Amino acid sequence: MSRRVGVVVFPGSNCEHDVVEAIEGLGGKGELIWHGARSLGDVDVVVLPGGFAHGDYLRPGAIARFSPIMEAVGAFAREGGPVLGICNGFQVLTEAGLLPGALQKNAGLKFVCDMADLEVMTTSSVLTSGATHGQVLRIPINHFEGNYTCDQVTLDELRAEDRIVLRYVDNPNGSMGDIAGICNETRNVVGLMPHPERASHHLLGSEDGSVLLAALVA
Amino acid sequence: MSSFTVLVEVQLRQGVADPQGATIERALPALGFDTVAGVSVGKAFRFTIDADDAAAAEQQVEDLCKRFLTNPVIEDSIVTVQAA
Repeated sequence: MSRRVGVVVFPGSNCEHDVVEAIEGLGGKGELIWHGARSLGDVDVVVLPGGFAHGDYLRPGAIARFSPIMEAVGAFAREGGPVLGICNGFQVLTEAGLLPGALQKNAGLKFVCDMADLEVMTTSSVLTSGATHGQVLRIPINHFEGNYTCDQVTLDELRAEDRIVLRYVDNPNGSMGDIAGICNETRNVVGLMPHPERASHHLLGSEDGSVLLAALVA
Repeated sequence: MSSFTVLVEVQLRQGVADPQGATIERALPALGFDTVAGVSVGKAFRFTIDADDAAAAEQQVEDLCKRFLTNPVIEDSIVTVQAA
């Protein structure tokens, strides 16, 4: 039976169909879940996709974290369910307190839209369990507020607990510790700024995202 | 219940990089403002609130700041409450 992946749609999300397409290409079953729903239904995995949830008003993710579905997402995460936040979804997860730190405006104050080389720092997470340690993946980034920031204690903790999941080979946005993606203590919640769903077919210029998304539907 | 006007100023916390402030500061000498230093960029919110007294209003606004108007990881707020 293929794994059911619920992709949450906030007003202003714009990568939800790309995620569903990529998931289905990998043999999973993707379904869209409106942010106003209170239940996730019977899904095995939850993805918060990229975009501009609630227009990114106030701060990216600041309003989305109060969307009705977020209570169910929090409960699902606390029970150990795999939750992935991509780009804006990562911002929502930090605002919701499901991941530590915050994503600030890029250091160069430029919106970056480019291919990025990412080093897999740990294979112990729901997203990277199919990759190999040290593997470099070529995956697009597309963000203005992707500059990962946290206090020194949190950064030390992330390092000591091996929770930096992906690192930029060439830091494009000023992120502390070159962080592109992190996971929570229990390693079932992962947030990353790059878009693996946009690197899921050779026609898109890279298939390197598939090794990540495949781990969710395996 | 009385009505109070509230000003919330949100600033990046000390030590958090402020790329907007830095960029504005770098641009100023070109305009002849070469004595300006320490530029930081934040947000301001103005609204009214009904509460029993100023202290109660302030407490509610502090809570609102912590839970919504600021991201405490990177931002601080200064709250000013005045009788309307």
